[in-house]
Amino acid sequence: MIFWDFFGLCMANGGNSHTGGVGCGRCQFLSRWRLARNRVVVRARKHLSVSSDHGGASPGFFDRLRAFYLRSDAAKGYVLLSPVMLTMIALLAAPLILLVLYSFWTQVGLKVDTNWTGDRYRELIEKQAYVDIFWRSIQMSGLVTLVTVGLAYPMAYFVAFGVKKNKFIWLILLTIPFWTSYLLRAFSWKIILGYNGVINSGLISLGAIQEPLSFLLYNQTAVVITLAHAYAAFAILPIYVSLEKIDRTLLEAAADLGDGAWARFWRVTFPLSLPGVIGAAVLIFVPTTGDYVTPALVGGPTGQMIANLIQIQFLKIGDWPLGSALAISAMAGVAILVMLFATALQLAVRRIR
Amino acid sequence: MSAKPAHAPARMGDPGSGLKLFAIAYLIFIYGPVLFLPLFSFNDSIFVAFPLTSFTTKWYEQAFADEKMIGALISSLQVGGIVAVTSTILGMFGAKAVTRYQIPGQGLITATIMLPLFIPEIILGISLLILINSVGISLSLITVTIGHIMLCTPFAMAVLSSRLHGFDRSLEEASMDLGETPWMTFWRVTFPLAAPGIVSSLLLTFIVSFDEFLLSFFLAGQEPTLPVYIWSQLRFPNKLPSVLALGALILIASCVLVVVAEWVRQLGTSEQKVGV
Repeated sequence: MIFWDFFGLCMANGGNSHTGGVGCGRCQFLSRWRLARNRVVVRARKHLSVSSDHGGASPGFFDRLRAFYLRSDAAKGYVLLSPVMLTMIALLAAPLILLVLYSFWTQVGLKVDTNWTGDRYRELIEKQAYVDIFWRSIQMSGLVTLVTVGLAYPMAYFVAFGVKKNKFIWLILLTIPFWTSYLLRAFSWKIILGYNGVINSGLISLGAIQEPLSFLLYNQTAVVITLAHAYAAFAILPIYVSLEKIDRTLLEAAADLGDGAWARFWRVTFPLSLPGVIGAAVLIFVPTTGDYVTPALVGGPTGQMIANLIQIQFLKIGDWPLGSALAISAMAGVAILVMLFATALQLAVRRIR
Repeated sequence: MSAKPAHAPARMGDPGSGLKLFAIAYLIFIYGPVLFLPLFSFNDSIFVAFPLTSFTTKWYEQAFADEKMIGALISSLQVGGIVAVTSTILGMFGAKAVTRYQIPGQGLITATIMLPLFIPEIILGISLLILINSVGISLSLITVTIGHIMLCTPFAMAVLSSRLHGFDRSLEEASMDLGETPWMTFWRVTFPLAAPGIVSSLLLTFIVSFDEFLLSFFLAGQEPTLPVYIWSQLRFPNKLPSVLALGALILIASCVLVVVAEWVRQLGTSEQKVGV
């Protein structure tokens, strides 16, 4: 019985010389597909009350597909999303998967030995210099985040609560740096802090110093200042958005119940703006730990960060697996720290409330 | 509770004038350092140092006499143009999908598309380099373009999604009910309403691509884009003034484009509020 059903379906399908058996994969697939398709078509017909108007012949496959497509919101959504999704899978997901694979391989001369090994990670942990640079990057980025968010908060507060007219102009002024060349903004600090730079030559021509100050450029402080400046505008928008969303009647209620200005701020405004603060902190901390341009320009030997190490592995030494392992462990480390930070902050706020 | 000012009932959370001073100082901090680029680009000295000597435009002439620079500029313009159009089209599809249809797993999908904004660029750069190497394509402006499309699509999608969220879905439904095909509905309703978002997405993705350095640094091979060319010139002290001149021009051009992009976007939304 079953055999003939399958056989009949196969014959009806193409009429070719295929003689499928019970175990024939193609026949099983075809029959299941047909059953599913018929069910869909019946449902689609009921839904749209599409009658077959092909002079008695059953509607073609594409008509049915079309009926299904028109009926399903999700299908339309997925079809529209597919160009973006495919682009992102090809250009983001696939490369990241390859990066993970590479970190478990070995560089042999110009080729890569694809036997699995955890040696690259072992190498990273055993070499103290790598661990040191990782922690140095984390510390510097942490400091940059603290400074940037600390400075951005009052600014965002001012725009959200203090500006009544032309708020739009303030917002544009604060977003312009976000879009303009990061390379040039970092570069401007190099000419400011340089040995013959703006500060040194300015102070000398004012007569304040005799010799140029050599501690300005090529150290960690220079990196922190440059990064804090380059990312200054990034922190404002998330904080501003969360401040703007706060219901002003809550503040009035707190005032009516006898809270002073500071108490209102700490018990109402600040906790409610915290999602913006966390967002801003993550938005600064994550890219700055992986920053390449600033340490390369103003860091000098002591101000190098993890990205400079990765770049050397990829473009100078040519040990891609080791570079990949560096990148993966840095990303994982940063992700863990960010999660810990966000959780800790939320717990702290629950305590304030 | 501190005494309220007598003249008017202050709005809750009103900051004092101290905060305004802080805000102005903050703007100076953001914009001040960058202004040294245009300042010294007009200074008649090979050293970037005070005191200023005399006014000159020779560094601009020197920058534009450099054929390699012109080549890099043209490369950057080409890449930026292609990237802006491609990522805006991709972003339009994506934005329409997430704002108009209930899609299972939408949160996860959107998060994946937005991911490039949260990953350090060096990671994006090296992983694309590995991919391109594995596929066996040689590095060129095409690989730079591919990388930039990945980077810019999330921006386009974010700009366009917020635009499509902003207008009334029933306008599209009305058009469909009145018998327009989906394509005609798109051209006659969705597209005109989304136009400010599209313009601003084109401009912003162009700027991101034009100013992008690190991905291009990894993917450019022998054909530099303008930022990569500038980077290669930073090693030579005698090239510094013409780099300043070039940098000043790029900054001014970017600022103008950003202001136009944001203005167009805001213009659209305020019209919307008046009209609907």
